[in-house]
Amino acid sequence: MNVTAPASLTQHVAAIEAGEHVIAAAWLGQVPALALSDGAVMVGAQGDQSRVEVHGSGGLLAAVAAGGHLFTGGCDGRVCSIDAHGQMKELARDAKGGWIDAIAATPAGAVAFSVGKRVTARDEKGGLKQCEAPSTAQGLAFTPKGYRLVIAHYNGATLWFPNTSTPTQLLAWKGAHLDATVSPDGRFVVTSMQENALHGWRLPAKPTDEVAHMRMSGYPAKTRSFSWSHDGNWLATSGAEAVIIWPFQGDGPMGKAPRECGVRRAKVTQVAFHPGAYVIAAGYEDGCILLLRLTDGSELLARPAVKGSGITALCWNKPGKSLLFGCADGQAGLLTLPA
Amino acid sequence: MSGKIPVTVLTGYLGAGKTTLLNRILSEPHGKKYAVIVNEFGEIGIDNDLVVGADEEVFEMNNGCICCTVRGDLIRIIDGLMKRKGTFDAIIVETTGLADPAPVAQTFFMDQDVGERARLDAVVTVADAKHLTERLKDAPEAKNQIAFADVIILNKTDLVTAAELDAVEAMIRTLNPTAKLHRTTKCALPIADVLDRNAFDLDRILEIEPDFLEEGHHHHHADDIRAMSFEIRGDVDPDKFMPWIQELTQVQGPDILRCKGILAFRNEPKRFVFQGVHMILDGDLQRDWRSDEARVSRAVFIGRNLDRDAIRKGFFATAA
Ligand SMILES: [Zn+2]
Repeated sequence: MNVTAPASLTQHVAAIEAGEHVIAAAWLGQVPALALSDGAVMVGAQGDQSRVEVHGSGGLLAAVAAGGHLFTGGCDGRVCSIDAHGQMKELARDAKGGWIDAIAATPAGAVAFSVGKRVTARDEKGGLKQCEAPSTAQGLAFTPKGYRLVIAHYNGATLWFPNTSTPTQLLAWKGAHLDATVSPDGRFVVTSMQENALHGWRLPAKPTDEVAHMRMSGYPAKTRSFSWSHDGNWLATSGAEAVIIWPFQGDGPMGKAPRECGVRRAKVTQVAFHPGAYVIAAGYEDGCILLLRLTDGSELLARPAVKGSGITALCWNKPGKSLLFGCADGQAGLLTLPA
Repeated sequence: MSGKIPVTVLTGYLGAGKTTLLNRILSEPHGKKYAVIVNEFGEIGIDNDLVVGADEEVFEMNNGCICCTVRGDLIRIIDGLMKRKGTFDAIIVETTGLADPAPVAQTFFMDQDVGERARLDAVVTVADAKHLTERLKDAPEAKNQIAFADVIILNKTDLVTAAELDAVEAMIRTLNPTAKLHRTTKCALPIADVLDRNAFDLDRILEIEPDFLEEGHHHHHADDIRAMSFEIRGDVDPDKFMPWIQELTQVQGPDILRCKGILAFRNEPKRFVFQGVHMILDGDLQRDWRSDEARVSRAVFIGRNLDRDAIRKGFFATAA
């Protein structure tokens, strides 16, 4: 733990007035975008913003960016995409108008969303497929290769190929699984759980191989944010009073201790690995943002703690030069790293 | 109350009048906005801007205990609602007639994210005066909901005679001696009797009336839910009481639906108040004993398969 205050980058932050709880931050190419809880998406930096009304007053529940688009799901049961010009398109609509609980997307433009147990996948051509999870689908993630979806639910996760007749495959593990993520090489599926732990599965290389389980516990709170390093060797996670980073080289984290960076007296709520370096942006419940270097644990301050302004969204742009963030009280900002 | 959003849970068997009560609450000129969480398959016709469908998904926790359960859908919905803070003042959760209120209540104590942002105000059970007696015989859920309640609305009283009403109320009291009970027709009662009860706030635990302590001469089957209450005329020893109550709720937690008590601890000028749901136990020192109050220690347990004599013996052994 550093005794001295970390060096500061705060003068390189430009504030953005979002005005509402920020659900997600994203880059639509060069353009920053913020998904807001009141149902709108803000596109553009301060001074050049447009507010796109997407889900009406009911609100926006889930959002994810991929391939230059932001995909959103709302209380109105609609799933929409927004591009860098603020053009909004409705992609799908739940027949019963239920809350969209989870959403995932691929760079090619496929999107998946869930309402209760019903999971719908829409491929990039607009073809819709549905499947029913064993219980409410809490989290969704596409695998990096192939059109395959991971569905996290009570007592495990389900693997589904929407466009093939291959039956779904259950990865069983007792307990309630919340969010899901897949490693960039597609070998590992990791879920966060209701009981402050992560569960991982190493998927078999051949169908005859066994699925290996990984239990990652010891968190004081739920992990609701995770981020892979660019090379897939590390998984950074929220849920503790530090960023917990699990090693995924080789066979995965079993029997290995995780790294801890950015130890503070506040819980980490958001993590975002830099797209090209072993640097993690960490957002805390007290509003602070630190940049942490994995190799030596050194810290740079990007935002001091701000009361009531816990970090709810973080996103690096593709070159890794700018970090967009959003907060629970409607503040947001853009950090541009000095050259 | 630290700005946490109050949550009222409405339970009751199908047809008892839950929806009537809900619409009554929503239509009163209170100037408050409610988020209403209803079961997808429940009764329809709720007149409110913010209505969310729930699927009553119960999660068992990984400790392997059957009573340590939470409602997964509630966690998710409350998480979603809390991002719209400021658009509503309170939450009302309506459950189906078949729902167990315990996982709903436990969600507010066992899920940290929910507990930090919302607080359980009270479990309100609506019962049909005409049909409750039958329901209590054939539907264990109905019994559960009565036993668990903080507030019981005995509705449709116009459909029964005064004697029948007294009989059904007596039956309710064997299951739940401490709930506030209101007799109504068409669920007509002041809204303040239902909302803002602070039933889980230790400072507001109601006096445990001594009349409840008189056990009736009912015949109980071994698997029955029933209430039992005990009184020590004087102080208890906290060094004996605390380990005893902790062990009791750990070992018999699955069978204890609710417990509460107000105790005089030896050499302690303040009253010790506790309350619990299954294995969850909350207790603290509260206000001073008044000079006109007798220092008596009273405890109530509501549960099934409880060995009255063993609990009685255990409690009396903690006397100072
Ligand atoms: Zn239990």
